[in-house]
Amino acid sequence: MIYIVDYGLGNLASIKNMFKHIGVRDVIISSNNEELAKADKIILPGVGAFDNGMSHLMKYDLIDTLNKKAIIEKVPFLGICLGMQLMTKGSEEGKLNGLGWFDAETIKFKPLDGLKIPHMGWNYIKSKNKDNYFLEKNKKYRFYFVHSYYVKCKEEEDVMFTTNYGGDFHSAINKDNIYGMQFHPEKSLHFGMDILDKFSKL
Amino acid sequence: MPCLLIKDKRLVKTVNFKNPAYIGDPINAVKIYNDKEVDELVVLDIIASKNNSDIDFELIKDIASECFMPLAYGGGVRTVNDFQKLYALGIEKVIVNTLLIDNPLVVKEAAYKFGNQSVVASIDIKRSKENKFEIFSHSKREIEMDFEKYLACILDLNIGELFITSVDNEGAWNGYDNELLSYINKIVDIPIIGNGGCSTNKDLTNVLYETGVQAAAIGSMAVYQKKDMGVLIRFPRRNQIIKDE
Repeated sequence: MIYIVDYGLGNLASIKNMFKHIGVRDVIISSNNEELAKADKIILPGVGAFDNGMSHLMKYDLIDTLNKKAIIEKVPFLGICLGMQLMTKGSEEGKLNGLGWFDAETIKFKPLDGLKIPHMGWNYIKSKNKDNYFLEKNKKYRFYFVHSYYVKCKEEEDVMFTTNYGGDFHSAINKDNIYGMQFHPEKSLHFGMDILDKFSKL
Repeated sequence: MPCLLIKDKRLVKTVNFKNPAYIGDPINAVKIYNDKEVDELVVLDIIASKNNSDIDFELIKDIASECFMPLAYGGGVRTVNDFQKLYALGIEKVIVNTLLIDNPLVVKEAAYKFGNQSVVASIDIKRSKENKFEIFSHSKREIEMDFEKYLACILDLNIGELFITSVDNEGAWNGYDNELLSYINKIVDIPIIGNGGCSTNKDLTNVLYETGVQAAAIGSMAVYQKKDMGVLIRFPRRNQIIKDE
């Protein structure tokens, strides 16, 4: 059973709908600790500001459960957009500590010449590994991004995909069972369906 | 991106904002666009603000559940709670127009609360007899501010993107108002979606490569075969528009 964490932020229905579209039926949206404790896989979505995200996780009293599932039980765990950023130690956008699962910080794009912020729209990804589990061979992947902040890993080995926007940034990260993606697979047509399909099979 | 107009749960298409003609069922159109691989979808309820009626959340929910691409919605948005409800239904971006005049502080609060990338300001522009750019108001209220001042006030709300429609070109099949879009692109540093007038793939290529706008919406060309011809839900192939792939 895949659980999508509902902590009052973001477009949860579209993730569930895309799973349904690709034939994955066992998906539940929940903010309930006891329910989430049963999860085989967890998706942490989210849009908006970093501190707002962390304070919502606190308000719903979810942090202990998420730590337990991700770090101790090691269930496949996917953070999307803000959900990925919350896995870092903290953000330039706020004062609160992140979940800290990655040795990484969340940083604001610098407004370089002609570079518009937020980074909004479709963009390509480059996989650090030629044979990435999530990607079909010989298919050029692009995804939908909407963000003003990005994740910067200290450990190069945690970086899964990079994307160019005024320089390369870390658009997907991975450590053991934990994955973070800055883009929105649920809004990225068949490119995103590949990702969610592979995640459901982890 | 296709720009779909909704009136009473039906998909319609206007000319110069007038005479909405019935096209079909919006949900069916969305399903077709999923296969056409459109980059983004814009859905505008053209009467919700005008008639002061409520947002049709039921319909939006149905559209969002069939839409596997970013979805922007506008029409009848009045409160921060409206924004919240729309995002929860799977809307990526909320488009505001009348609210910019009626209650700009709600827009500012929404942009702060939900992130400015999720709030799009829509401005409709008409050329005056002297060929000057003027703001077109839906609520029949005069906007006395001149165009640049109005734009500056809107940017001050910290919204993330502009949706610029040329009223003169909307539904007219005469190409985008590239002059207007280039002009706005030079004075703002947030992304712009150009809208109004697209009739050919070449119009799209031109507006994207010549004006500096980040995106362009198509209305008539996404729902009709040709000017004055029957309904056909369609979208140009990416490689026909985008160079350097």
